[in-house]
Amino acid sequence: MTPRSRPLTLALPLVTLAVAALLPFVLSNFRLFQFTQVFIYAIALLGLNILTGYNGQISLGHGAFYALGAYTSGIMMDRWNAPFLTTLPVAGAVCLGAGFLFGIPALRLEGLYLALATFSLALAVPQILKYFEHWTGGSQGLVLSKPEAPFRLTLSPDQWLYFVALATLVLSMILAWNLLRGRTGRALIAIRDHHIAAEAMGVNSALYKSLAFGVSAGFTGVAGGLSAGAIAFVAPDAFNVFLSVTFLVGIVIGGLASIAGVVWGALFIQFVPNWAQDISKAAPWAIYGVFLIVFMYTMPRGIAGTIRTVWARRRVNVRSSPAKGGPP
Amino acid sequence: MDIFLQQVVSGLATGGIYASLALALVMIYQATDVVNFAQGEMAMFSTYLAWSMLNAGLPYWVAFTATLALAFVGGLLIERIVIRPVENAPVLAVVIVCIGLLVILNSVAGWIYSYIQKPFPSPFPGTPIRFGNVVFGAHDLGAIGITLVVLLFLYVFFRYTTLGLAMRAAAQNPVSSRLCGVRVGWMLAIGWGLAALVGAVAGMMVAPIVFLDPNMMAGILIYAFASATLGGFTSPGGAVVGGLLVGVIENLVGTYVRFIGTELKLTVALAIIIIVLVVKPSGLFGRVVVRRV
Repeated sequence: MTPRSRPLTLALPLVTLAVAALLPFVLSNFRLFQFTQVFIYAIALLGLNILTGYNGQISLGHGAFYALGAYTSGIMMDRWNAPFLTTLPVAGAVCLGAGFLFGIPALRLEGLYLALATFSLALAVPQILKYFEHWTGGSQGLVLSKPEAPFRLTLSPDQWLYFVALATLVLSMILAWNLLRGRTGRALIAIRDHHIAAEAMGVNSALYKSLAFGVSAGFTGVAGGLSAGAIAFVAPDAFNVFLSVTFLVGIVIGGLASIAGVVWGALFIQFVPNWAQDISKAAPWAIYGVFLIVFMYTMPRGIAGTIRTVWARRRVNVRSSPAKGGPP
Repeated sequence: MDIFLQQVVSGLATGGIYASLALALVMIYQATDVVNFAQGEMAMFSTYLAWSMLNAGLPYWVAFTATLALAFVGGLLIERIVIRPVENAPVLAVVIVCIGLLVILNSVAGWIYSYIQKPFPSPFPGTPIRFGNVVFGAHDLGAIGITLVVLLFLYVFFRYTTLGLAMRAAAQNPVSSRLCGVRVGWMLAIGWGLAALVGAVAGMMVAPIVFLDPNMMAGILIYAFASATLGGFTSPGGAVVGGLLVGVIENLVGTYVRFIGTELKLTVALAIIIIVLVVKPSGLFGRVVVRRV
């Protein structure tokens, strides 16, 4: 990274963060809820992107971990009156464990077969949730009360949740960035690009792959826990196979193997269906499908990747313009 | 004992439907190395086309044949237009494109035909057939019969025709086949067309049982996946045996293992898939593919 670009790469996230911190005081409660949802999706997408984007393991079943996180939080709040914030680490930990365990059989599955196994996991989730009626409230789901701001902060519940989601997202992104920029990240990418070569270089492929599964599920689980608080309701049918597909749409649109891309992806999956809904009830999915396919053809690195490419090209042009006489 | 036999028989009946969809999956996998996640939705869409034609007053078998023809052309076009650009792309890209296709077909069907369930007629008489104490539904028997006919047709096609031989060659070794003058791209397209056709048969056989709606195939698709995995993704005969086995397992487990009942049926399929993939990833009849590094 050149020294000149350093201030900019730092400034951009900080400015975005400052704007995000001001939003709750200007937006209506409904809009605020939508943005809270964007942050929650972004955390889930971050988890999926670690697994699919960086490690190359396809998961069509991350809705399952989102559901597990949501129900962990929901049941803790419903049964034991646990404070909302304490349920989030638990949701993350439970999903981390579940993801790690699911990652072990998944080690034997590559590419298509893994997609298949996770796809069937996603299909089976609502049934499993309904089955454990005693805990999950069956198809009625669990109705929760919206968490209030603690410490006598003068924030409405919506504003409080917004800040919790924002803070969790920032924390998750820093965590993910730290995880991915060093040795671990290189190992994950090496496994994705050529797992035999990676093993020959001494990377413990099995360990890293199941760890990636666990960490990925952990992030998604925290997002699920947040969503339980934000919506104040969890029901099995919200976690159908289309939720998992939505996550996949999000990382493809945002950009595979990009941390910043998850925000783009989350904005897309939150707002585009709303606009499309005006055309027809079925339109959001048709649009999702078209976007998925078109993005795969034209911008396989998603919005974030495309912005980076355009930016890099511009910089090269600017730098070389005195010598070459400008871009053609 | 009668209950047991009865459950086996009705398991075979649903198994026949899983078998035909699994057969379609295996065909595309063999011809193109792609597991088609949109297979179920393609079948669903073909069934809606059949429904439209029946509603317009066409006799059943005319509509049936016309649907098969349309499905074949549709599958062909999907391969040419949608799948071809990602032919040599990594697996992830192909899976994503198939998922895109899945949601498009699903929502377009919902858009055109609405999400309300529609009854779909069966070509077979409604009266059950008795053998001793065991009762066969005529539709169930017919469905198994049609699946077997389709299997036979495919076997003959791939084994004894030049086109079938060319298709197998194109799948096994594209470069050499191209050198021999086989048009590999078109062979893949025909593979998709045939799979869409087989899927359409499955759709029309299952619709009288589960009723027609845009999401009718989700559950069936996962069973078809389980069947194809159990039988082996490289073996069409295995897919049929796998389908019948899965149908029987599903019914017996639902009857005799009390805590599963009907509520955890999809979970049974999930368990089958994971157990097979962990214990014997190539399935019962599949070849172990050895790849040179």
